[in-house]
Amino acid sequence: MNEVIREKEIQEKKTVGFWIYLMTDLILFASLFATFAVLRTATAGGPSGAELFDLPFVLLETMILLTSSFTVGLAILGAARGYKKQTIFWLMVTFALGVAFLALELTEFNHLVAEGNGWDRSAFLSAFFTLVGTHGLHIAVGLLWLGVMIYRLVRFKFKKTDLNRLALFGLFWHFLDVVWIFIFSIVYLIGSMA
Amino acid sequence: MSPRIEHRNSQTRYLSYIVGFILSILTTLAAYLAVVKQVWPMETLVYIVMGIAVVQLAVQAVFFLHIGRGSHWKVVTFAFAILVVLIVVVGSIWIMNNLDYNMMHMTPEQQHIYMLQHEGI
Repeated sequence: MNEVIREKEIQEKKTVGFWIYLMTDLILFASLFATFAVLRTATAGGPSGAELFDLPFVLLETMILLTSSFTVGLAILGAARGYKKQTIFWLMVTFALGVAFLALELTEFNHLVAEGNGWDRSAFLSAFFTLVGTHGLHIAVGLLWLGVMIYRLVRFKFKKTDLNRLALFGLFWHFLDVVWIFIFSIVYLIGSMA
Repeated sequence: MSPRIEHRNSQTRYLSYIVGFILSILTTLAAYLAVVKQVWPMETLVYIVMGIAVVQLAVQAVFFLHIGRGSHWKVVTFAFAILVVLIVVVGSIWIMNNLDYNMMHMTPEQQHIYMLQHEGI
């Protein structure tokens, strides 16, 4: 029993450490949000958000990310009860949804750049690409992390450390979900109101 | 502080994720429809969308990130981070909007009239 409590204490410390990293990341995003908010009207004669954003497309992206946040939760709960196959299945679903999200985002970026509305068009678009791109980069790193975890689970036996890693990944993924909700609301919804 | 062993059974933990998922889907759709249908005038709509975003933050924090469970340091650092975020975002918008007046190539008299009209200063 004592050993269990000790282990839990160590894991709690690691969680707090990771949590503090997430909070510093939050401040990074806050500064990018502030930059975007200040520059949102600086279109330099170029198109504004209202002319560029395709809201149904962005809603689809949002739904995909929200669902992936849910499935990672299911994976963690499956792992907590020791169901390895169930865990791997939900992690793979999460991975697929993450890849779909990233693919949609890159499609949108590609579309914008192809029409001459890249990050070099105006200060507004620079801020837009920096903010949304930084989030996309986090998603990409998360997918790498997720891929390594799935590989470990498939290749090796279930370990206690896998559970802990999974819990931290869950925090990371939910955190990115929260950041995206604010991108969806502030950049896309409010930005499309002209 | 002695660590607490979790006593909640798995049923309620599943419920937490399902409720959180449904709530986040509903709030996202609400914000989306409010903007697309333009039920309210634009000034009101901005506040409504921001309000819904804060509700979504609360839903995610409670049902997914489980703030309040585990170490109390999570809550403390979260509160501090929110404070810094608000200072950075609100402060930047406030200062840069004011700075705009000094970048307009106006004579002091014109600027005085402009500020009188827009800010009542």
